[in-house]
Amino acid sequence: MFGGASNLAADVDKAFIFIFGVSFILIIGITAFMIWTVVKFNRKKGIPAQQFTHNNTAEIIWTVIPTIIVLVMFWYGWKGFKTMRTVPDDAMEVTVISYMWSWDFDYGDGKISKELVLPINKPVKLNLVSQDVNHSFFIPAFRVKEDVVPGYDNWLWFEATEKGTFDIFCAEYCGLLHSGMLATARVVEDAEYTQWLASVESVKDKPSPEGEAIAKANSCLGCHSLDGSKLVGPSFKGLYGSKKIVIEDGKEVEIEVDDTYLKTSITDPNAQVVKGFNKGLMQSYSGVISDEDIDKIVDYLRTVN
Amino acid sequence: MTQSEKYTHVSYREHQGKYKGIMAWLTTTDHKRIGLMYLFGIAVFFCVAAVLGLLMRIEKIAPGETIMDAATYNGIFTLHGVIMIFIVVIPGIAAVFGNFCLPIMIGAKDVMFPKLNLLSWYIYVIGAILGVLSQFMGDGPPDTGWTFYVPYSAEANSNVVIALTAAFVLGFSSILTGLNFIVTIHRMRAPGMTFFKMPLFPWSLYATAWIQVLATPIVGITLLMVIAERTLHIGFFDPALGGDPLLYQHLFWIYSHPAVYVMILPAMGVVSEIFPTFSQKPVFGYTAIAISSLAIAVVGYFVWGHHMYTSGISYYSRWFFSFLTFIVAVPSAIKVFNWISTMYGGSIELRTPLLYAISFIFLFLIGGFTGLTLGALATNVHVHDTTFVVAHFHYIIFGGMGFAFFAAMHYWFPKMYGRMYNEKVANLAWGFLFVGFNVLYFPLFIIGLQGMPRRYFDYLPKFQTGHVISTIGAFILITGLIIMIANLIRGVRKGAYASANPWKGVTLEWQIESPPTLLNFDKVPEIKHPPYLFKKETEA
Repeated sequence: MFGGASNLAADVDKAFIFIFGVSFILIIGITAFMIWTVVKFNRKKGIPAQQFTHNNTAEIIWTVIPTIIVLVMFWYGWKGFKTMRTVPDDAMEVTVISYMWSWDFDYGDGKISKELVLPINKPVKLNLVSQDVNHSFFIPAFRVKEDVVPGYDNWLWFEATEKGTFDIFCAEYCGLLHSGMLATARVVEDAEYTQWLASVESVKDKPSPEGEAIAKANSCLGCHSLDGSKLVGPSFKGLYGSKKIVIEDGKEVEIEVDDTYLKTSITDPNAQVVKGFNKGLMQSYSGVISDEDIDKIVDYLRTVN
Repeated sequence: MTQSEKYTHVSYREHQGKYKGIMAWLTTTDHKRIGLMYLFGIAVFFCVAAVLGLLMRIEKIAPGETIMDAATYNGIFTLHGVIMIFIVVIPGIAAVFGNFCLPIMIGAKDVMFPKLNLLSWYIYVIGAILGVLSQFMGDGPPDTGWTFYVPYSAEANSNVVIALTAAFVLGFSSILTGLNFIVTIHRMRAPGMTFFKMPLFPWSLYATAWIQVLATPIVGITLLMVIAERTLHIGFFDPALGGDPLLYQHLFWIYSHPAVYVMILPAMGVVSEIFPTFSQKPVFGYTAIAISSLAIAVVGYFVWGHHMYTSGISYYSRWFFSFLTFIVAVPSAIKVFNWISTMYGGSIELRTPLLYAISFIFLFLIGGFTGLTLGALATNVHVHDTTFVVAHFHYIIFGGMGFAFFAAMHYWFPKMYGRMYNEKVANLAWGFLFVGFNVLYFPLFIIGLQGMPRRYFDYLPKFQTGHVISTIGAFILITGLIIMIANLIRGVRKGAYASANPWKGVTLEWQIESPPTLLNFDKVPEIKHPPYLFKKETEA
């Protein structure tokens, strides 16, 4: 846990050390006293049990002292937290777009990256957007985490203080490939960051087919890759026109992927599932995507080779 | 200690009513038989869910797919949670030992509404069967986690509706049992037994029952709202339809946080009985323990937000919930000091039930103190939704409630069956359980601090060491469980006969036959003394 790489880490770790330190001492102390009691007052020694029932002084002491201890712990926790919610005015902003099961980092001007690249020692505010269900943006090294909730403008901020590459996890369960929803944050010198940002191709410059935008907006690409890799569903690459063995009513049938098959698979995904993939993982998009948009997706898929 | 000959009275287990055999059990309104029927139900489901837990641990012995795919893993951790929480832990001690002991401990012949009590058991069984069916019907097992968070639970294609219905039905069993206990405690105490002459286990059941009656309807309605969302697309929680996903989390935790106290309060009640008996000394600070049960039950309603620090609730909400969370820690601390002081100066006999009760304190301390780490805002942000949380609540629920359940099982076993288990084997099983438990759950604190999120089918190789140790612990723990259960079953069938009062307890259940007769008491006792009055021991 130690070796935090952001400006927030020091205060968080201070709270950890205080709470763990006090807890450790008390757990060991109380347990040792308990064991000593069991040994000391063991029946084998033949000493009759005393019959006292209470002791006001002791009870007041062990009410007041724990109250003070927990209030100090509360204060430490609050202190570290206060910084987390006080974002400097000059923080640069990046929008984190999350969907099942991937992250996109939007730097504005159509510059979208799969990797979070950040300049060192500069406050960054991340605006968290979800396109589908709840996710949670978590970078352990920076001690930051905030849920990404659809309809909420959640955010977090930090200042990376160490160069290097750090893991990003999704911490709120979001379905099948929740554990695969990873990304990395790379912290670099300011100059390198500027250079990198300039090199990111803006999606504005290469207009994508309308079907692709619709497919993205509905998170199709979370499960169907464009590069041929096997995710939850068959890859879109070279799908159109290919021959597939599908399972229909428990039987294997060979079909050719055409307009009808693709449209049926969008509106009734469990009817004919390509062999080797699982049934029940895709919901019907009937009524979710309009018929016109489905046509556009199919037009687009024809071009993915 | 033990008597060699079988008891001569007709106990509740042999009593011949209208029906024979299994029908005599299925139609019984006797609180003791109903308690045992809950015990069988809970034991079966506990074993099922424990095996599911073991499968999860085996899957995680290495990164990537080991014995199952991601969809199966997600279904299994959901079912493990649903069974353990709704079918095992929430009814748990209250349904088994509450039913068996509560009327006896307050000097009554049964609960106030015996038929309602039987109905509660049937509702429980129906809910439990539905929960298991949800795995095998429809489009695949529910994979939402036991928390059923929207929007995912409203959209997931898996079989969520039946799982939600199961939880809804089980809620009613809980409400009716709670109602029954409240009325029983108010109306059926033996003559002379004022509230403050009542033993502490009934006190804890009383506080628990109020939570069951007042909080369970909230989760019931919330689960119905999710069903309505799924089937009718009403839009309570869907932002596209003007709904609010966080509304669900608020409603869910308004019940489910108090539900944690439904789990742990009866456990505290059990050890509050065990410490005085094995120390032959009155419980220390009786009034403080009784009142702090109620205090925990009341304050427990106002801390639900600590499950939601990172969800996007306002800055001041987080501040407020954190503050209250720390306040609720104090009554729990007081109880721990009271239990240890009960032993201090006593004449302690370290028998199996006491061994479990002492390890309960140790595990509860670790669970409680790591709870403070989670209650503090800055540290919570880092460990929220990591395996640190998983370890924390297993220390509280399994180390706390689970070990107290085992303590209760070994404490009241001679009363329930009129026989004894083999105590050496019982202590051996305890050793496996205690070691296995810590080896299983402690490493999860460490990898959680390093950033290992929970509910992960796959993980980065840097977390593997912790996962491997944890899986080894799971095998040790399961070994302990097998030894313990086999020993208890053997005790029921072949154990030596036990006397009416093998531990020299002073509460009412030890003053009647083992096992009790159908109506518990020949003559309703009159209560003149405080509950834990031990005579001074003469020289041994």
